[in-house]
Amino acid sequence: MKKAFLSLALIFVFSAYVLYVRILGTDLPTVLTPEPNKTKTALSLPQYNGTTQTTSTNSVASSPSSPGTKPKPSPTPTPAPVINTGKYRNGSYVGNSVDAYYGNVQVKAVITGGRISDVQFLDYPQDRQNSVRINSRAMPYLISEAIAAQDSNVDAVSGASFTSAAYVESLSSALAQARI
Amino acid sequence: MKQVQIIMGTPVAVEIVDKEAKQELFDEVFDYFRYVDQKFSTYKKDSEITMLNEKKIRKEEMSKDMKTVFELSEETKKLTDGYFDIVTPSGMYDTSGLVKGWSIWNASNILKERGVKNFYVEAGGDIQVNGKNESGEPWCIGIQNPFNKKREVIKKVYLSKNEGIATSGSYVRGAHIYNPKNKDDKLDEIISLTVIGSNIFEADRFATAAFAMGKDGIYFVEKMKGFEGYSINKKGIATMTAGFNNYINNKEKIYA
Repeated sequence: MKKAFLSLALIFVFSAYVLYVRILGTDLPTVLTPEPNKTKTALSLPQYNGTTQTTSTNSVASSPSSPGTKPKPSPTPTPAPVINTGKYRNGSYVGNSVDAYYGNVQVKAVITGGRISDVQFLDYPQDRQNSVRINSRAMPYLISEAIAAQDSNVDAVSGASFTSAAYVESLSSALAQARI
Repeated sequence: MKQVQIIMGTPVAVEIVDKEAKQELFDEVFDYFRYVDQKFSTYKKDSEITMLNEKKIRKEEMSKDMKTVFELSEETKKLTDGYFDIVTPSGMYDTSGLVKGWSIWNASNILKERGVKNFYVEAGGDIQVNGKNESGEPWCIGIQNPFNKKREVIKKVYLSKNEGIATSGSYVRGAHIYNPKNKDDKLDEIISLTVIGSNIFEADRFATAAFAMGKDGIYFVEKMKGFEGYSINKKGIATMTAGFNNYINNKEKIYA
């Protein structure tokens, strides 16, 4: 009786384990497995060779519209730096932290020679998880890797356009401080 | 010298390395972008594209530049098997999937005509480089981490042949690119797709189209001659085209 109970328990534990492994095991691969064959048949792509030249650059209109929103006057002026050749005072100006619906946006404008020479982000919403699940399974044909931060020693950054009213508003408040 | 202005609601940056970087050059480029914005912005009530959409002007009355952009859009639609389309789900024209790259390319041609050799022009994360950077090396461009918006870099590429680099994504404003073939497609699998091409016009239009293809986009870029791509899915896994490595190792190759 004791033996029968023990073996029954063993069988139960074993099948529970198999079920557990099966559920977990199938979860990841199904998400990450690409469908290269489907891709190949789905897209009947025309052969593309060469570059279309567009050289219609001669028509530059003389309609300078003021871009963005009008800057609001700021009650916190920064000490006036020295050289004035443009419409702003040289220096760094921190804009207001502006509420975008998913978080706050705050920028710093750097003025050199009276003009904006750089705009830096001080605060930006983290609306997605930063954790990355690393999986070594490579896609067929193409190499995959988990993304990882690198140093920011670059000439420029390519990313989806961060157009937002909050961005323009924060920058405008920074420029309001810089205005002569 | 580098200067930034906010045009089209986005930062437009111009860096000129050449010693004779006169203010007039910057002004001319920024004026050109304002001209483009005035014509193609669907946010402006008096832009030509808005007037077209509101039927205040007829297609036959389009300006030369508008006509060019419509023709290029038609061409791009054919080249992408219909995945690029300037007609939105609501039946309006929206040329923003191509005009940014097109205008950056035109702006850099203005600089080249003025004899400038080493520069880059950037508008909202799309970049055209020319010549070398300030250190006399290939331009080093970072691909932005789509999970961390402080412009953190997750990949560096070295551009030495006057290439253009464009990134399409849904991570900042929510989805603003749609799949013309399936309006219910949420396009949430891939969150960032970067394309490097022979110039920014090419890179931008194919980045837009490839992004609209979702997971298949990177395979599309792989098949396109002269283009390389780097896509990132929502789990933080990147997939790159076979030749993309040439851009990563370029600097090491040159200075090895």
